[in-house]
Amino acid sequence: MGYEDYEIVMGLEVHSELKTNTKIFCDCKNEFGGEPNTHCCPICTGMPGTLPVLNGKVVEYAIKAGLATNCKINQFSKQDRKNYFYPDLPKAYQVSQFDLPLCYEGEVEIEVEGEIRKIGITRIHIEEDAGKLNHEIGGTLVDYNRCGIPLIEIVSEPDFRSPVEVGIYMEKLRTILLYADVSDCKMNEGSLRCDVNLSVRKKGEKILGTRTEMKNINSFNFAVKAAEYEAKRQIKVLESGGTIIQETRRWDEAKGITISMRTKEEAHDYRYFPEPDLMPIITTDEQILEWKASLPVMPDVRKAHYIQDYGLGSKEADILVASRKIADFFEAGANASKNPKAVANWIISEVYSRLNEDEKEQGTMPIKGEDLGNLVNLIEEGTISGKMAKTVFEKMWQTSKSPATIVEEEGLKQNSDEDALRTIASDVLNTNEKIVADYLGGKEAAIQSLMGQMMKATKGKANPKMVIDLLKELLEAMR
Amino acid sequence: MKITREEVEHVAHLARLNLTEDEKIQMTRDMEAIIGFADQINALEIGDVIPTAHVIPINNVFRDDVSRPSMDREKLLRNAPNQENGCFSVPKVVE
Ligand SMILES: [Zn+2]
Repeated sequence: MGYEDYEIVMGLEVHSELKTNTKIFCDCKNEFGGEPNTHCCPICTGMPGTLPVLNGKVVEYAIKAGLATNCKINQFSKQDRKNYFYPDLPKAYQVSQFDLPLCYEGEVEIEVEGEIRKIGITRIHIEEDAGKLNHEIGGTLVDYNRCGIPLIEIVSEPDFRSPVEVGIYMEKLRTILLYADVSDCKMNEGSLRCDVNLSVRKKGEKILGTRTEMKNINSFNFAVKAAEYEAKRQIKVLESGGTIIQETRRWDEAKGITISMRTKEEAHDYRYFPEPDLMPIITTDEQILEWKASLPVMPDVRKAHYIQDYGLGSKEADILVASRKIADFFEAGANASKNPKAVANWIISEVYSRLNEDEKEQGTMPIKGEDLGNLVNLIEEGTISGKMAKTVFEKMWQTSKSPATIVEEEGLKQNSDEDALRTIASDVLNTNEKIVADYLGGKEAAIQSLMGQMMKATKGKANPKMVIDLLKELLEAMR
Repeated sequence: MKITREEVEHVAHLARLNLTEDEKIQMTRDMEAIIGFADQINALEIGDVIPTAHVIPINNVFRDDVSRPSMDREKLLRNAPNQENGCFSVPKVVE
């Protein structure tokens, strides 16, 4: 038997930091970095006698994330203590949610090789992040700046069947959270990270194999590579007659392997119990409706709209909906223009090449969508040539002026005056007898040279299509 | 319900408690009494009773998302047994 005789089964737990101003239970800033222990107070360092008070925005953002992933909402929800000893957790427990998470039974669609796959969302709950440990030679240093940063944990069903799906899903989830505006999803700051649960079984087998868990992977790429490696490792173990041990493994990017973390089995005995210091969370129908209404149109819906109404291809639509800001920009341009497809092409070729990843996400650009739409209209109407449009676009990018203003100021308006062009064309033909003879003699390419003369005579402003038509007409009349 | 010595040792370990032999015997007896009490409740017909999420009937206690200055680091670290470079310093832990 070989690898192809096995099926991989994976589930994901994605942790995402919420973009609140303050921590989940205290007034300390929710901010990345800073000198160690400078965003801390007695509450988030777990001093005895302190009491937590839940940040209302955390509930709002978590429920918005749930609504954006088609979840049901637990209108009666509570928080629980998850008990374990580790110095990154000063209270010796993490406030999380056990049996009544804020959101449950959702669904996210992903597109894998042109096919739609549905990934079930088991639940989304809120919890507090832990501090950061730095292992030194003499001891371990603890920085609690990150302790108490609000997180949502998005738990998926074991619906993944190939590592590539994991990457696509992570990318999709990131887009959705950015659209819902509840998380910054900055991978390099650890604000989006995932645990991958993976098992393998012989094809056709109903019972799931023993799974291993790979924790705290903070890159889509690593998640895919870790899953690929771990699946092969498990199959190898089984093929050589061994058994899989349920354990936590760590992805070592430098070595490209997963390594057992040798945690004791009973470390998973968290002894959850209801958090007595925090009150239940009750959400009304009105509140849910209000939050739902505040969400923007999601990427899947926009993509379908672009393909159906604007005639875009699936790939082009994907590029545009990847960032909400770019999608909004495109829609503004498409609405202002007579040719939405041309607007899309301008964004993909010209706008994108001038933006870095961060700018694409933030939509920080010097021009407005409407202006790009108007630029396309100037070409469509024959006011400027396609070539001239590139010059105008460059000026728009530098000055943020509208295309009409630039055309006016720079005198770039295309010459489409037929009588005037006809006179110039006659002159060009009269002074270029040899080229004319070549053309009439069968060298049709000679018309390009005549065209060049026309452009020179009009300082590049002649309407190229009209020039070609006129030259052909006059030349044919000379036969 | 019978509580075994192994169960007491397991729970003690999870709570990082070092119990003496006498304490283990005492704890076994106490836990049996507590579990026995819970068994009495389990024997009751409570199908229509809503599980208690909290003993005080108050819901939705929220804070506004407005930041205030954090505590001065020197003050925060004052009671730490050990500190280094602005961090709490603890015995080395390895995962
Ligand atoms: Zn704090």
